[in-house]
Amino acid sequence: MDTPQPILEAQDLRKSFGTLEVLQGINFSLLPQEMVFLIGPSGSGKSTLLRCFNRLEEPTGGKIIFDGVDLMSPDVNINTMRQQIGMVFQQFNLYPHLSVTKNITLALRKVSKKDSSEADEIAREMLKRVGLEEKANAHPDELSGGQQQRVAIARAMALEPKVMLFDEPTSALDPELVGSVLQVMQKLRDSGMTMVVVSHEMRFARDAADRVAFMSEGQIVEEGEPGAIFENPQQKRTQDFVSEISR
Amino acid sequence: MEIFLDSFFNFQIMSEASPLLIRGLGTTALLCLVVIPLGLIGGLTVALMALSRSPWLRWGTIALIDFFRAVPPLVLLIFIYSGLPFADIELSPFTAVCVGFFLNNSAYYAEIYRAGIESVGVGQMEAARSTGLKKIQALVYVVLPQATRNVLPDLLSNTIEVVKLTSIASVVALQELLYSADMARSVTYNSSPIVMAAGIYLLILWPVVRMLSNLEHKVGK
Repeated sequence: MDTPQPILEAQDLRKSFGTLEVLQGINFSLLPQEMVFLIGPSGSGKSTLLRCFNRLEEPTGGKIIFDGVDLMSPDVNINTMRQQIGMVFQQFNLYPHLSVTKNITLALRKVSKKDSSEADEIAREMLKRVGLEEKANAHPDELSGGQQQRVAIARAMALEPKVMLFDEPTSALDPELVGSVLQVMQKLRDSGMTMVVVSHEMRFARDAADRVAFMSEGQIVEEGEPGAIFENPQQKRTQDFVSEISR
Repeated sequence: MEIFLDSFFNFQIMSEASPLLIRGLGTTALLCLVVIPLGLIGGLTVALMALSRSPWLRWGTIALIDFFRAVPPLVLLIFIYSGLPFADIELSPFTAVCVGFFLNNSAYYAEIYRAGIESVGVGQMEAARSTGLKKIQALVYVVLPQATRNVLPDLLSNTIEVVKLTSIASVVALQELLYSADMARSVTYNSSPIVMAAGIYLLILWPVVRMLSNLEHKVGK
C-alpha cells in the first residue's frame, strides 16, 4: 500500500514578531482524516502555528504545503485556498449583525457564488449537523457561547473544507457548555474530517486524537499517539508539562 | 414691545420675504444633498487610507486629517473662493463651497469612521478572511456595517453640524438660506427675515436633534 500523501505540511516554518522568534523552524505533517492536537504551555507558539496554516499569520520563513500547493508561493490565490481550510476561533467571531443563517451563507454567496436558496439549504443542513436547526433565524447574541461556537463550526463546515483548524475552541466557554462543542467535534471526526486542534481539553485529546504534538518555545518537542505522549513522554519538557496538567 | 415685535416678528415682511427665503432654502437643500454624500464617501475613503498598512499612506493621511480639522472652515472657504483666483483657479461660489466642505467634512467624517472601524474587533476581519472573503469583501459585508452602527449617533451629529455650517456659504455670496434672509433684511430694513431663517433651521433640525438624542440614549444603554 502507498503511503498516503500529507494534506498539510509545514517545512522549517518560522515566524518572528520583531526580535521574538515565536516559531523556530517547525516541521509538521498532517495526513488526510487525521485529528492532531497541538498542546503545550501558553506562549509556546501553538496558536501562531495554527494561524500560519491559513496565513492569517504571515510566516517569516519556511514553507506551508496544502494539498500539494505551496501556500507561500506568490501566484497562489490565498482566498481560494482558505475556503478549503476551515477555521474555528476561541472567541467564536460570529458576525453579530447577521442572523445565524446569514453567518453561514455569507461566504457561500460571496465567494462560492452560490445563489441564496442553495446557500440557505446548505446552512440548514449544517445547522442540523450541529443540532441547532431551530436557531436558523436567531442572532448570535441570542445564543449561548456553546451554541455560538457550534454555529461557527457550521459556518466553517459549510464550505466543505479539506482541513479544519480549531484554535482553543472551548477555552472561552463556561464549563457546562464545553461538552456540546466537543460532541460536535467528535461527530466531525467520526465523519472523517481532517482536523488540527489547539486545546487544553486533555481528556478529549486523549480519547479522540490520532496524534498529539507537544510544543514548547516555538518548537515541536515531541509528537506521537496520545497514549505515548500522556503516559510515557520521552522529553524532559513534555514530562514536566504532562505532570503539571495531570495534577 | 411693539418695536420688538415689529423688528423681529413682522409677519407682513416675513410673507413678503418668503419667496426669496424659500428659494434660499432650496439652495441650502441642494448644497446639503451634494456636500453630505461627498463628505461621507470622502470620509470613508480617508478613514480606510488612515488604517492602511503602508506607513507613508497612513501618516500622510493622518496629517491631512489633522490639517483640515485644525483650519477654520471659514478661512478655508475664503481661501478657496478669494485666494485661489490669484493662481488663476476661479471657482463659482457653489463649487468653492463644495470643495471646501468636501475637504473639511471628509476629515471629520473620517475620524468618526476610523473610530467605528477600530471599535470592531480584529476577530471579525479574521473570521471573514478565514472563509475566503477578500479584504474588501470582509470590510463591506462584515466590518463596515458594524462600524457604522457603532458610530451612527456621531455620524448623525456631524451631519447636523454640516447642515448648520452651510450658512457660511453666504460669505461667498451663494444665495442660500442665510444669504437670502440677510438680503431681505437689508431691503426691508427689518430683522424679521433673519428670525424667519432661524425658525426654518430650527424647524428642520429640531426633529433630527430629538431623534439623535433618542438614539444616543438607546446606544448608551
